Formats: sequence, C-alpha cells, structure tokens
Amino acid sequence: MSKETKEREPLFSPKNIKLITGPINLSNPITVQVLGICSALAVTAKLMPAIVMAISVMVVVAASNVLISFLRNGIPPRIRIIVQLVVIATMVILVDQVLKAFVYDVSKQLSVFVGLIITNCIIMGRLEAFAMSNKPWPAFLDGIGNSLGYGLILVVIAFVRELFGSGSLFGFPVIPQGLYDFGYVNNGLMILPPMALITVGVIIWIQRYYTRELIEDK
Amino acid sequence: MKALRNFLDKQKPQFEKGGKLEKLHSMFDSFETLLFVPDKVTFAGAHIRDAIDMKRTMITVFVSLIPALLFGMWNVGYQHFLSLGQSPDFWTMFFYGFFKLLPIIIVTYGVGLGLEIVFAQIRNHEVNEGFFVSGLLIPMIVPADIPLWQVAIAVAFAVVFGKEVFGGTGMNIVNPALVARAFLFFAYPGNISGDKVWISDKADAFSGATPLGNALVGNFDNMPSVYDMFMGFIPGSVGETSTLMILIGAIILLITGIANWRVMVSVFVGGTVMGLLFNLWGANDYMNLPFYYHLIMGGFAFGAVFMATDPVTAAQTSKGMYYYGFLVGMIAVLIRVFNPAYPEGMMLAILLMNVFAPLIDHYVVESNIKKRLKRLKAVSN
Repeated sequence: MSKETKEREPLFSPKNIKLITGPINLSNPITVQVLGICSALAVTAKLMPAIVMAISVMVVVAASNVLISFLRNGIPPRIRIIVQLVVIATMVILVDQVLKAFVYDVSKQLSVFVGLIITNCIIMGRLEAFAMSNKPWPAFLDGIGNSLGYGLILVVIAFVRELFGSGSLFGFPVIPQGLYDFGYVNNGLMILPPMALITVGVIIWIQRYYTRELIEDK
Repeated sequence: MKALRNFLDKQKPQFEKGGKLEKLHSMFDSFETLLFVPDKVTFAGAHIRDAIDMKRTMITVFVSLIPALLFGMWNVGYQHFLSLGQSPDFWTMFFYGFFKLLPIIIVTYGVGLGLEIVFAQIRNHEVNEGFFVSGLLIPMIVPADIPLWQVAIAVAFAVVFGKEVFGGTGMNIVNPALVARAFLFFAYPGNISGDKVWISDKADAFSGATPLGNALVGNFDNMPSVYDMFMGFIPGSVGETSTLMILIGAIILLITGIANWRVMVSVFVGGTVMGLLFNLWGANDYMNLPFYYHLIMGGFAFGAVFMATDPVTAAQTSKGMYYYGFLVGMIAVLIRVFNPAYPEGMMLAILLMNVFAPLIDHYVVESNIKKRLKRLKAVSN
C-alpha cells in the first residue's frame, strides 16, 4: 500500500511554521483582516490588562481550535455555529474563572471584556475558516499564530497609550518628575478609545509602508 | 523686485530634478509662489479662466480674520490688566496681547507648514496654501496662555490626521483647525477649559469664567451685559470674543463671495430656533436665557462665520447647506444647555456635522434625481 509508506509531515514543517508567522504580519487579524477591533480599543488603555487579554484570547482560540478540529467530522454542518459557540463559551468561562481566582485585580479591570471574548470575531473566524477543515495540530498552531498577531498589536497599542496617556508602564511611572515640573501633562485623549483607533490606523500605515505585498492595486 | 526675480531664477536649477538641493524642491517652490504669481497655466482641455484661485481665496479669508485677530490681541491685554485692577493705555494692552499671541502663531505656522512641505515632498505634490488659513484660525480659538508644546502637538495631529491622511488640502472630512482644538480640549483639558485659563496671567482673586462657564454652573448673576458680549470685552479664546469684529469679517467674506451665505445664515437661524424652543420649554435658568445670548457668547459667531462655512467640509449642495447650517446651530445650543461636561458646543457641533455633510449632500442629490425622474414620467405619459 503506497499510502501507508507516505512520510509523516514533521511537526514544524515549513507549512506549519507559516501558520504561526503568517498571522503576525501578512494576515494579521487586527491590521489586515480588521477583526477583533472592539477589544483592541476597549482593553488597551493600560499594558497589564492588554497582556492578560492577549493571553486569555490565546488560550481560548488555541483550545477551541483543537477541540473543534477533533469534532469537525462529527458536527452536522447546519448546527456548526451553535457547536462552535458552545465550545468557545466553555473556554471563556474557564478562562474567566481562572483569572478571577489568580489575578483578581486585572480581572476586575477587564470586567465584561473577558466574557465578551466570546464575541471576538477572530475566534469564530478561525474556527470557521481553519479548524473546521484541518487536523488538530495545524489548528492549534493556527490558533497560536492568530492570537500572537492579535496580542502583538494589543501590546503595541497599550504601550503607546499607557506611556503617553498615563506616563507609566505596567503601572510604574516612567516619565521623570522633572518633565512634569517643566509643564508636561499626560495626554488625556490617549486614554479615550478614539486614540486607540488612530493608533491602530498608524500601525496599519507603517505596516503597509514596509510590506509591499499588502498594497492593493490602484 | 527685478533683482529678486533674477536671484530666484538663478537658484532655481539647483532645486529642480537632478539638482543639488532636489530634496528641498517643495520648500523652494512654496517660497517662490509666495512672492510671485506662478507662471504655470493650464494648457489642455476646456477650462475657465478666472481671477479666483486657492491663493486668492485663502488671502481673502485671512483678511477677514484680521479685525477679530487685532481685537483679540487687545482684549488679551485688556483682560489681563483688568484682572490686576490696572488700566494702562491702549498700546500697552495691545502689545501685551500681541507678544502673547505671536509665539503661538509662529509655532502653529512652523509646525503646520513644515509638515505640509514634508508631505508634499514625499508625494511629489506642490505645496499649496491649504494651511494658510488654518494656521491663523488655530491661534484664534485657543486661550492665550496655552503652552506652546501643546500647540505644536495639536497642530501636528490636526495636519497629519485631520488632513494629510485623507489626501491633503481639499480632501479632508473635518475642519483641521477644529481638529486641533478638539485634540487640545480632550488631551489637555486643564489648559483649555475651566475658569482659570481664559485670562492670561490673571490675578487669583479675579473670576475668569467665560459667560458660557458661568451659564453652565448656573451663575447667571455674573453674566456680562449684552453690550459687553457683543463688543467682546469678555474673557475667552483669543479671536472669538467680539461678535462685532466677526461680523465685519463675515461681511468681507460675503461680499467677495468666498463664504456661502446659506451656511452662515442657517447656522444663526438654527441657534435662534433652538434658543427659542428652550425658552418655550423653560425647565431651568439656562433654558430661560434669551436666545440672542447664545449667538453672542462663546464661539458661536466665530464658528458660524469662519468654521462652518469652510467650503471643503461643509455641505456642497445649496439645499444641503441649509440643513447643514441649521443643524450646526441647533446642536451647538443643544450641547451647551444639556451637556454638563462641555460648556461650548460649537466645536463639537461643527465637527459632527462635517462628518454628516457628505450624507446630507447624498440625500439632496438623490431626492433631486427622484424629482426629475417623476417629472420625466409625467411628460412622457
């Protein structure tokens, strides 16, 4: 039998590596696919919640991708969205409980947004587009890759916003007191969501400037 | 004059393609066209020759701003010395304000024009006069004591995100000068709102609240007289206090046809109607304020004359202008009376309606098409 002698694909074959690196730049969920914008605006005023959010999303996407991938042949197409939602909801509740148990303060800051991970378009999108038609291991890598791309943007936005909006990083003041004495004032607009949107815009601007593949034909 | 021309001609090759200073081409170009009328003419296709171009439009607006600007300079000095309880002669007061304002104007133009030149160079455009008016408007709608670095950041923000990302002059959706002010207002509220900032270096004991600030906290006994508010002897942003000077500017704009009277008039009508409606309702003191107070206090008149009429961001259709202006006036008064966080509603009202202007135009055009189709059907039947 020729099929059985076929070599098994190595775990980190170039194709699989691409599943991780692709979403970080070329098909970044936020800046290219423009998914998950709402949470990118909502939780990025400070670095800490942004990082916790990124990790939570990573756990949820990766775990639900794997689960759905295992189930993919048993799910009747007509009710697949419901099944996906059940899986995501379960994961989100788990993450929420863990956060409440171990990092209660951050969990309080994130408030409803942990629960709202369930509505994060990235997760549904990955389940529909990838996990439903791929094996568990690639699905896992895809989940990790996409949440890395998502988390990267989140951290960059949060870094800019916390630095200029509150003059601190991770809650520690980094802008020297001397500057404040000199008349420097924190930028209040940075705390407000519109500035997060503009920061996303600037990131997209820079990314397209350096990534020729992303520039559309005129 | 001739010598200057010759000098420029001699320098020109250096700045053209392949020249030594090619990178500074835009800067040279803008400097040259500032001094001389450019010799470029349209050469293909049908076109109308007219004396009006962007440069002339901008300079007319500039001239119309001058009465309000000069008065604003004097008023900055007047308010300052009034708060100290002194009354020096006219020129002392004027020059006090003049030297307060000059750095703001220089910073605004420096940052704004610098960014314009950079963008023009990158895009291979010519530098145009787009920032000319915005650069004078911005110093006129901020308090005289605003820190210069904040002005610089706000101007940079306004030029880049209010204008250049959309494609430059004529492509912007919202008024860049108002974007700069909105940026200051939300980013550094401590320096552009409250009752401490409107009089430069005021004595502590003196109340520096603007009429709007007073009205917002229900302090109606401290309202200045109608005459003072109309003439502009009140604290406020530099250029907006004197309704009289703004009206002089408005007359210049209307006679030359630079600004559209439809927008201007309908803003005032909108404000009046809303004021009268509130008078009818009369649930609190602010609502009972006579409607004409709304037209002369704060930035209402300034916004109506110089900001709402901006031909790029206002509605383009004649009918649309009525709706646009009317809504600007209404919303401005609405925000003033109802929103406790924002004493002045004019800025937000104009920005909001800027965004809606294309939509208004769209529906005006659509309804016109529908009307004509109906007429066509009636004829063909």
